[in-house]
Amino acid sequence: MYLPKSSGRRTAAAVFLAPSLVGMIVFCLIPIVSTLGFSLLDYDMLAGTMQWVGLKNFARILTGREFPQVLLHTLTYLALYLPLILGLAVMEGMVLNHNFKGRQLFRTVFYTPVITSWVAAAVVWTWVLSGKYGLLNQMLASVGINAPAWLSSKQWAMPGIVMAALWKDTGYYALMVLAALKSIDPAYYEAAAIDGAGGARKFFSITLPLLSPTLFLLMVINVIYGLQVFESVLIMTDGGPGAATTVFLERIYKYAFDQYKMGMASAYSWILFLFILLFTLAQFRLQKKWVNYDA
Amino acid sequence: MRKKKSVIGTILFALLLAVMAICTLLPFLWMLSSSFKGAETIRTIPIRWIPEHPTLEGYRQGFQMQGFSFARASFNSLFLATVCTLVQVASACMAAFVFAKIPFRGSGKVFGIYLATMMIPGTVTMVPNYIILRMLGLLDSFTGLILPSLANVFGVFLMRQSMMTLNDSYMESAMLDGASLYRVFAVIVLPMVAPTLATMTLLAFMGSWNSYLWPLIVLTSTDKQTLQVVLGNMNGLYKNKEHVLMAGAVLTILPILVVYLLTQRKVDSGISLGGLK
Repeated sequence: MYLPKSSGRRTAAAVFLAPSLVGMIVFCLIPIVSTLGFSLLDYDMLAGTMQWVGLKNFARILTGREFPQVLLHTLTYLALYLPLILGLAVMEGMVLNHNFKGRQLFRTVFYTPVITSWVAAAVVWTWVLSGKYGLLNQMLASVGINAPAWLSSKQWAMPGIVMAALWKDTGYYALMVLAALKSIDPAYYEAAAIDGAGGARKFFSITLPLLSPTLFLLMVINVIYGLQVFESVLIMTDGGPGAATTVFLERIYKYAFDQYKMGMASAYSWILFLFILLFTLAQFRLQKKWVNYDA
Repeated sequence: MRKKKSVIGTILFALLLAVMAICTLLPFLWMLSSSFKGAETIRTIPIRWIPEHPTLEGYRQGFQMQGFSFARASFNSLFLATVCTLVQVASACMAAFVFAKIPFRGSGKVFGIYLATMMIPGTVTMVPNYIILRMLGLLDSFTGLILPSLANVFGVFLMRQSMMTLNDSYMESAMLDGASLYRVFAVIVLPMVAPTLATMTLLAFMGSWNSYLWPLIVLTSTDKQTLQVVLGNMNGLYKNKEHVLMAGAVLTILPILVVYLLTQRKVDSGISLGGLK
């Protein structure tokens, strides 16, 4: 844009940028740098003591007995959640891609769990999954299945959390799938129909390949969010029963705000960040094998 | 899309649609139904969807809890969500205007740094942010909770994209007529990006209303806590009083549901931009 010399554009630029820039420096850049520093300290905020320990926090976490468990629980969550959320989102997206009466209403219905806060969703799902009187187990009992009290069982607590997460998130990703489906040129389907392709053939030969960039994006996003699973765990199980659902963020939260060991919490955050980075890079490496950008 | 519709296909489709809608809605109905039951009637086999003796006992207990107050928490939530939204929107729009329309040396680099910080998860900055607020003496204060709203990279990105598409000629002619950049921003630029502005405002409001972790660690005194934090705390304290918990959940969901239903179109257009999670 052409701006006259006398327009005071430097002052204006500084004034306009100041609130955001100050916020970024104080609450984003300084924290990122300082958390590296904190991770090298034995920083007990309650006692107010600070002591340089080098990489000892990292060593203590990585060699501790707790860490393999935390990693295992987080990966279990991902392994259950990821394939199911992708499958459900594609299914719901495809359903919404049809023309039928009341489509807008169903779209709204599918989206309501997304606008619900995690706290409310977790409180409701704790009751849905409760042992004998919970909604799910009563429904299962009516078809003769005797299900456990999900959240108080060491094996079934994590699947319970995953169920709640699927309920809450499917509507969001379905709309992303829907947007991708709408951008597929109908000419592909018409050509396939002329060649006599059936519904399944069209899905596997046209829809899925053309959807693969979106599925890749959904995978990357969901792995990043999944490694940071927190609110559901904190409210539904608090890491229990008996530490059966401890995950990264829950540990960071407990170190920082139960024990006030800020050094350990900072080191844990960096380990989590490195895992996120590693998983994301690995997925970008592997995408050549299955993602199709030729459309 | 399909030209030939087989009867079986249509029935299967309707069935699938019904199953998905029921799975989505049942937990909500379960919550609503439970919230109108009493301590004695909440545990029944089989399920009674319509309570035999509907009661507001759960809601009454929710409002008369010891130590917490739903009324107070509702006010806090509304107030904080409104202020956080205003701060986010104002700060993001102002910064976006500079990145989109006022060139300065290093502009690209600064914007690059903004984008790079998006890759660092909020979890990494949570602990140091807490320590910074503590040093500033702003823990357990509304100011402390609100301040980080100043840094909203996604908002800056969204508004910048929208402002880049504006034609410069309107602004240039206004400048030639002697308008200041502040005037151009307020009178020309903001009205022209109103649709994006509305979408961003809604996404910011929903995000602030539903946020849990940050208010949980910053606000410790009970008279300052938000609905989400109070409901989270209740979950531990009312383990066997599901009717009170469900009443709390209804009260937490209802306001945001109304906002969503009234403004659905704008929210939906924001989803395609990847805005709400």
